[in-house]
Parts: sequence; structure tokens; C-alpha cells
Amino acid sequence: MPVPSSPDQWCVALDGVTKSFGSTHALDSLTLRARRGAITAVLGPNGAGKTTMMEICEGLQRADGGRVRVLGMDPASDAVHLRPRVGVMVQDGGLPVMALALELLEHVSRMYARPRDVGELADSLGLHAFARTSVRRLSGGQRQRLALAIALVGRPDLVFLDEPSAGLDPQSRLAVWELVEGLRQDGVSVVLSTHLMDEASHLADHVVIIDHGVLIAEGTVAGLTAPAASGRVRPAAPSGTTPSAVTLRGELTPEALGSLHEWAREHGLAVDATPATNEPAPRTLEDVFLDLTGRSLR
Amino acid sequence: MTMPHTGPAEVPAVHAGGAPPARRILAHASFELRTVLRNGEQLLLTLILPALFLVVLARTELIRLDVGGAARIDVVAPGILALAVMSSAFTSQAISTGFDRRSGALRMLATTPLGRGGLLGGKILGVLAMQAVQVLVLGALAFVLGWRPALWGVPLALLAVLLGTAAFTALALLLAGTLRAEAVLAGANLLWVLLVIGGGIVLPAGGWTRYLPSGALGEAMRQSLQHGGASTSALLALVVLAGWAAVFAAAAVRWFRWH
Repeated sequence: MPVPSSPDQWCVALDGVTKSFGSTHALDSLTLRARRGAITAVLGPNGAGKTTMMEICEGLQRADGGRVRVLGMDPASDAVHLRPRVGVMVQDGGLPVMALALELLEHVSRMYARPRDVGELADSLGLHAFARTSVRRLSGGQRQRLALAIALVGRPDLVFLDEPSAGLDPQSRLAVWELVEGLRQDGVSVVLSTHLMDEASHLADHVVIIDHGVLIAEGTVAGLTAPAASGRVRPAAPSGTTPSAVTLRGELTPEALGSLHEWAREHGLAVDATPATNEPAPRTLEDVFLDLTGRSLR
Repeated sequence: MTMPHTGPAEVPAVHAGGAPPARRILAHASFELRTVLRNGEQLLLTLILPALFLVVLARTELIRLDVGGAARIDVVAPGILALAVMSSAFTSQAISTGFDRRSGALRMLATTPLGRGGLLGGKILGVLAMQAVQVLVLGALAFVLGWRPALWGVPLALLAVLLGTAAFTALALLLAGTLRAEAVLAGANLLWVLLVIGGGIVLPAGGWTRYLPSGALGEAMRQSLQHGGASTSALLALVVLAGWAAVFAAAAVRWFRWH
């Protein structure tokens, strides 16, 4: 995907954005871009700063420093003009628990001058089945679908989705994915945060990975998962144990196979590896994510 | 579930734009009012218990009242209206806002064109609309029970309602914006009970209670609707209410958290 050069082509542009909560630096000079009309997935471990970044872009929090532009506007000072153009699905839905499902969607639609047709939107997301049910009685999947409808009812130019398919069953997740892909076809920009690597792989035109409040990687899924030139050698035995033989996942380039044989000889091990017939197997986005952010629990 | 794809026919030429501010705030006030009226626990607190207290205090001798020669209903009804104001502006509002904060609903609504200012404006209008319902229902019930308020005291009573609403709504937001939802639920209900028993709101308690927001509101309502004049004690009560409103509002602005 060609990288656009005009500033107008960014729906979100952060430059050196900082945000602290007490002594905790949630964002540490974060710089990133999200392209207009594209789906940008924001990945990161828990506490990486994803939600803080999203909430600063949504105008819910103010950055301590740096420059934030959303659709060319500052969300802190241009909120009145920005809010009608941005749809937001906050983490965990953000739904008043005592409201009725369809009543809530109708209520939010009244905040806009020319909202989408509520009935059609409810049809498309299957909301009519629980239209008269109070939010507190909805399942997790039903809440997510309602929250998505609320984010879309104002015909937004840009949608922020904070973990849109968290807790959904596979059917609902597929439906959400189809909806998000439909937004892209309609020219709507989407910025979504997720812990689901298959979601990012499936949907995203562009992936940014942040950790400890800084950008650590970005690119297309294909670009990020392209195999390293020298290949990667990964003994299958669990770390901390001594393997009697080395078995490899996937196939190896001749160079990697050579280095593996050399390493195995030094350690007196047998090698069970398959030379690559053509290109080595690509890494998954999860491999990349874990390599960049580490495997230890936080 | 049908396929949720948004087809080309739905391609928005432009974004929907925000509705006019007044329409947004009125819509939110209406939403808040409907939510309260549909909620059994909130109705119990804001209408049913005050109505029950009104009937019991006016028609039974369960509680001895020093009414100074006046009819019991004339002493009780203004206090019940003050209780209704406190119930809707404080307890009901604190609980609903506390749970909306926990669920993230405050944040979600603040990202729509309603914004934070519109959200607060809608909440306050919603409280006032609920109080109109309370005054109609409880006032009519009191009238049936023989209440004949001093009509020339109504403007002063309305001022007391506005100041009381400001003070108690600000206190509600202070609690809801600083404590966990469960703590707000427990604290708001406990405070309601304590103020009903000893806060000088339903019945005159005298002494230092007149300097509590509850005592000041009860006193202002009784002075205006029972005696009808702008007496010194009525004006003092209004000043006390205004002072509490300023203190609670400043604290809410300083410490209220949306998350």
C-alpha cells in the first residue's frame, strides 16, 4: 500500500504525544498516523496505552504534551465540530444499564441532524430481537452490537472502535468484521484497538503496535509478517529443558538450516529439519507481536 | 442476524451533523425522565415513599407533631415536597450517575454531539422535569388530604426548590464522580435515611439542622408555603442553600471524574 504524503490523507496524526497519570507514563512521546478511508488496527499489551491514545483522540482526555489532529482538528479545542463527525465505541460498550436497547439507539440518533435510519441500522445488526430489553439484561454480544450501532448512527467520517469484538461468539465476530469491512467500502476511516491478532490480520490495512506508550512497529500485515532475511531458528523443546533432538516448526532456508546444523553439532544434538522448498513460512502477526512486546505476563 | 454490511446505497455524502443544542439537551432530559419513571427503585424513592410518608404523617398519630395550632397537613406537605426534591436531585441522581459512570455511559454520551456540557444540562433539566411530576402528584395528594398552601409563598418555594436542586444535584455529582458505584448506592441511600430521620427536612428539627442543606430546604419550604412570607428564617434558609450549592458545585467541578 503506498504511503500517502499529504497531511489531508491522515484521519489521525499524533506527534510526540505524552500523557501521564501520576508517576505512570501512559503515552511517552507517541507518534503515529492512521490513513483516511483505511482500517488501522492498534495493537499492544494490556497497559500499553491503546485506550489512552484512543480517548485522547475522542476528546475524552487531554494530552499533556505533543500535537493531536483528528480529521485535521484538535479534539481538545475543536470538540464541538469534531463530535458530529466521529463515531465512538468505548471499551465495554459504555451503555446506560437502565435504558432499553432500541430506545437508547433512538436517543443517540436525536443528537444528530441527519442520522441513519434507526430501523434499518437495527435490522442490519439484528437489534430488533432485543429492542425492548433493558441494557442490563443483554448478553455481551448483544451489547457489543448495540454499541456498534450507536457508533455508526451519526454517519461518521471516522470511527474509533475499542476492542469491538471482545467477548463475542464466532458468529457475532464475523458479523462485526463484515460491518467494519463495509465501513471501509463506504469510505469511512476506522481506527480499532484489539487484542485479537486474527482480527487485525483479517481487517487492517495498516497495523501499529505500541508498548509502554511508544510506537514500536507499524506497517501492513504482510510487511510486518515478512520472514526475516536470515530465517528464524526455534528449537521445539520448551525453554529451560535440554532437547535430545531439535525439531523445527515450518521450513528453513538453506542459510538457516546451515546455522542450525552448526549449532547442533556444538551441542551434540541431532537435527530434524526440513529444508525450504521455496520461500520460508511467513511469521504470523502474533509471532511479530510477541517478539516485539515479549512473552512474559504483565 | 442479518448481514450487517452497509451497502453503497447507504454511502453518506456527508456526516450527519449535530442537532441544535437545545434539541439535544431536551432530548437527553426526556431520556433521563423516562429512565427514572420506568425504574421501580427510583419511583419508590422519589414518589411512593414520599406519598406514603405524607399519608401517614397527615392522617395518623404514629408520630407526635408540634404543629403550633396549624393543621397537620399544612406542616407536613411542604416538608414532603422538600423530601421529594432531595430524593430526585440527590439520591436518585447520585445512583444513576454512579452506575452510568461505571458502565462508561457518561463517556459514550460525551463523545456524541451532546458533549459533557449538554449531558449535565440534560441531567439537570431531567431532574427539574421529575420534580414537576413529583409536585403535581404529591401536591394533588396533599390537596385531597386537605392541604391549602399559602399561594403568595409559591415564588419563594420555587426559589427554594431551584437552590435545593442545585445543592443536592451538585452533591450527587460529587459522590457519583468520586466513589465506586456500589459505594454511591450505599452512601446515597444511607444519607437519605439519616437526613429523613434527623436532617430537618420532613419535619422541623431546629438547632444546627437548619444549617444542613436538608434542614434549610425543609425550613424554606415550610416558611414559604405555610406562612407565605419572606421571613428572616426563610431568607436565612435560602442563603444556607445557596452556600451549600456553591460549595458542592465547586467540589464537583474539582473532583468529578468521568472514568
